[in-house]
Amino acid sequence: MHGFLAVFRKEMSNFFVSPIAYSVIAIFLLVSGFFFWANVSFMSLISLQAASNPMIAQRINLTDVVIRPLIQNMAIILLFVMPLLTMRLFSEEKKSGTMELLLTYPIDDTAFVFGKFLAAVALLLIILVGTFSFPILLASVAQPDFGVILSAYLGLFLMGAAFMAMGTFISSLTENQIVAAAISFGAALLFWVLSWTSSLVGESTGGVLRQLSILEHLESFNKGILSAPDLSFFILFIAFFLFLCLRSLETHRWRG
Amino acid sequence: MIEVEKLTKYYGRLAAIKDVSFRVESGEIVGFLGPNGAGKTTTMRILTCFSPASSGKATILGMDALDDSVKIRSQLGYLPENVPLYEWMRVRAYLEFVARAKAVSSQIRREEVDRVAESVGLSQVMGMLIRHLSRGFRQRVGLAQALIGNPPVLILDEPTIGLDPKQIWEIRRLIKGFSRNRTVILSTHILPEVSEICDRVIIINKGTIIAEDTPANLIRSYGKFSRCQLEVAAPEGEVKQLLSGFDGVNSVKLTSGPEEGRVSALIEASSRPDLCPALARAVTNKGWDLFELRRLHASLEDVFIDLVTEEAEEEASAHEINGKEVA
Repeated sequence: MHGFLAVFRKEMSNFFVSPIAYSVIAIFLLVSGFFFWANVSFMSLISLQAASNPMIAQRINLTDVVIRPLIQNMAIILLFVMPLLTMRLFSEEKKSGTMELLLTYPIDDTAFVFGKFLAAVALLLIILVGTFSFPILLASVAQPDFGVILSAYLGLFLMGAAFMAMGTFISSLTENQIVAAAISFGAALLFWVLSWTSSLVGESTGGVLRQLSILEHLESFNKGILSAPDLSFFILFIAFFLFLCLRSLETHRWRG
Repeated sequence: MIEVEKLTKYYGRLAAIKDVSFRVESGEIVGFLGPNGAGKTTTMRILTCFSPASSGKATILGMDALDDSVKIRSQLGYLPENVPLYEWMRVRAYLEFVARAKAVSSQIRREEVDRVAESVGLSQVMGMLIRHLSRGFRQRVGLAQALIGNPPVLILDEPTIGLDPKQIWEIRRLIKGFSRNRTVILSTHILPEVSEICDRVIIINKGTIIAEDTPANLIRSYGKFSRCQLEVAAPEGEVKQLLSGFDGVNSVKLTSGPEEGRVSALIEASSRPDLCPALARAVTNKGWDLFELRRLHASLEDVFIDLVTEEAEEEASAHEINGKEVA
């Protein structure tokens, strides 16, 4: 991993020197803040109604009304935002020609790919830490279930990292950032909705599609369940696309 | 030391270079010459381990370009043709990034960056964004990143392109001033540059090496003609008569001299070393006043254009290479 830190630091400073990081973080916090506010308002509305009806009161809780929908909404916003963070990782270097110079520095290809990928993941972490103010706010007025919250956040993080691995690979295929963003977004969306069609196709195909779908694997994290198959799905997903990215780099070298 | 053996690189079905072999000893500055598209950049990209060759072997400092790629790259400075830089970075931040990438240890990183910046004259722009730099400064930043880490091998693709004459002079002086244990390969289109700073020249055309020697030797062996410039006070007709009857003279171009009654002549003779003395004797025998008699030396440019066009003719290629473009 020779040269990893150099690449990582350069990518991080690129995010923060340009308005990329600030705008993405701001938009993400704004939109998810809006959903948080809407969910909390809805919660207070039905709590008022529940005050006169003890039957309903037993069935509503903070996790189901506020946390879970919020996490699901954040996952969808991530789906939109991740391609914006990964699109330039390699395509910008290819377009400007800096890739040629970078590949003649004593940096391992692995360090190169990981430096870029982990810089993007670090940004994802910053975004998620920013949104953690929502559960903390909730904790100041009620008792949210932090077990579920942490597990759901882990799911969000793994999903974001998976999209980023895919985005990093796609960025290494083209020198056009818009193309990289468009393909990354389309591919992420497909992986997201793959399970919706599982009931329309045969039993075995449907099973495979369900296993490949990100939404399906995210579900258990949202319920507060950490299962080995779901964890390993995301880890394999990330490893697979980073491996492809390495191969793509090698192809780039051979093509000169 | 760089050793290249039968290097071939295909792009699709097109061979960019075919069976290129040469050797550059340590301490040597070698100029890589050739028309656009001759394979200079391709060869350099193989030597910098950016792109592997299709076949053949490139050894740098005794290490194989394919097997010890990372090790070689840590001993190498490369300046690519169009100087690709990170526009959004400040000069100091960029050079520090390069130092980090080249594994310059953190204790001496700042010193190293300052030393290199000083040597290429970047000190006053260290805090500026690269995108605000002028062409000359960008070129220097490119050179600086190649020099960071004090690599023993330097590969420079057109290091003085786009610079003004003063900057060209400075960069040349810098390259010439490199300590003698460095191996330098540089490609250029500016031929006087080669005669001035290179110990040896490799001329490449259409992917193969067509000549390899010191600039002086190349000029000597390829200068087919002796040429003289003559200015005398005599009637034009008589001068013409005398010169065209001269032994070995191939062509005479007469123009009227700078003053009334004088004639200038450009004489080209097939290699005859005593052309000038013989002309002087003939002129004084006639009793004419001699104002100027000068031997014209072949330049590397003549050699280059000669070689490249010869090659083109030999291959009966339909595409005529435009020699002027090279100059």
